[in-house]
Amino acid sequence: MADSKGTKMQLIIDGKRTDGRGAEDLRDLRVEVGVIAEADGSSYVEWGGNKILCGIYGPRECIPRHDSSPYHALVKCRYMMSPFASLEEHGRMGPSRRSTELSKVIREVFENLIIAEKFPNTQINIYLDVLQANGGTRTASITAAAVALVNAGIPMKDMVSAVAVGKAGDVLVLDLNKSEDNFGQSDMPIAVSHRDKKLLLLQMDGLLTKEEIMEMVDMAERGCDKAHVVQADALKRFYERGEGESFKW
Amino acid sequence: MGEEVKDVIMASIRRDIMGNTLSKGIRFDGRKFDEYRPIEIQKGVIKTAEGSAVARIGNTQVLACVKFDVVKPFSDRPTEGVLVTNGELLPTASPGFEPGPPSAECIEMARVVDRAIRSAECIDLSSFFIEADKVLGIYIDIYVMDHAGNYTDAATAAATAALTDAKFPKIDKGVIVRGEYTGMLNPTKLPVTTTMVKVGQNWLVDPSRDEERVLETVLTIGTTEQHVCAMQKGRGALSKQELSDAMDIAFKRGDDIRKIIRG
Repeated sequence: MADSKGTKMQLIIDGKRTDGRGAEDLRDLRVEVGVIAEADGSSYVEWGGNKILCGIYGPRECIPRHDSSPYHALVKCRYMMSPFASLEEHGRMGPSRRSTELSKVIREVFENLIIAEKFPNTQINIYLDVLQANGGTRTASITAAAVALVNAGIPMKDMVSAVAVGKAGDVLVLDLNKSEDNFGQSDMPIAVSHRDKKLLLLQMDGLLTKEEIMEMVDMAERGCDKAHVVQADALKRFYERGEGESFKW
Repeated sequence: MGEEVKDVIMASIRRDIMGNTLSKGIRFDGRKFDEYRPIEIQKGVIKTAEGSAVARIGNTQVLACVKFDVVKPFSDRPTEGVLVTNGELLPTASPGFEPGPPSAECIEMARVVDRAIRSAECIDLSSFFIEADKVLGIYIDIYVMDHAGNYTDAATAAATAALTDAKFPKIDKGVIVRGEYTGMLNPTKLPVTTTMVKVGQNWLVDPSRDEERVLETVLTIGTTEQHVCAMQKGRGALSKQELSDAMDIAFKRGDDIRKIIRG
């Protein structure tokens, strides 16, 4: 997340951000549904420079069996950054402390939404692979998993979208890119449920006042509403185009 | 983390009973909703570490130790020291903790403490530069020794207290002279975290183990005197209004804990 003591970098020039956006502009968001034939549900999200592949499996038999619950399905989530996802050095394969934490908080987003009581003794796996990263992978992952779960036909109480808000060059900005994430003053990823506007993901670092945080939550809500339109459109397009038509990378 | 069998069986019964008690405005242990258990800090408990402290919140006990080493800096910050925060949920501390690789809960706790300390800018990592390719690494190791609820706040309190206890090592020809110091580390701002859980319609500060077993939403907020420096929502959901209220509580409780850490 952000490091406020980072190298000096001009993040706001003439009121514009490093990629030319205004404070509350989202980067280009593309959502595709049903991209993995073998999965029960799947999606692919491109958000700015992020590329996320999501596969859903389940409800299926819970393994190991002794983990299963007779009352509800277990929601399991594995978020993983590929070793080639960043412009810098080759990353390490396998889970890191960061990915373990993110898997946990993403799982907790969907535990609020999935009606797990319908599927006792089972598990629902959310697999998220970050193929390319440019700041905001956890929020793009949540946005991807939400449509993939719909695609898998898993009953949910609500839809969810997520976006990061932050502070860069003393300006509150929506949908942080990588340099704003690395060199900005603060980073606050937020997931908002679509209908009841509950905060399902809330993390924050950097130094902010209470007033700034409340304003940023409002910005995140507006950002999530925009992302929701793209998500809904992707689902509609998928079910309109019918079988046999595959998506292009 | 292994789930205690009694947790699974008793959760719904406990939730019912607790709901009844809470509707009368009191908690199981008699506290008010926004009341902390007694907090106690003991510094300098481990003599082999440069800084150490035990934080007790009620029966919860967490030890934090600060150690220094000479390390290679990160390539993108060649002149800055390296801060590493590690957590350990000792199997000694709870029937629910098991030996083995760290659980997601454990990693999350360490990373939240790390984020609070880093964001608060309480340590000047640029003063850790020794020479090209050599900087001081500061390790904060957190041992949860008795888990009677809310180890996260105890961990932050112990870590912050250990930083205030830490001595700055003497460095000679690029190596640390063990046992000799040039002064204190002197962290400037003291970050603390305040954890709140929602049970029914009630926000309870500093959850006990019982309350943690039935919680619906959990939120940790890190504060310095003026700012929020970290936030982490665990299970559950919350509204904007609830977030706003939680921040007010966090600032109020944070000041109380800071006073105790300063001693």
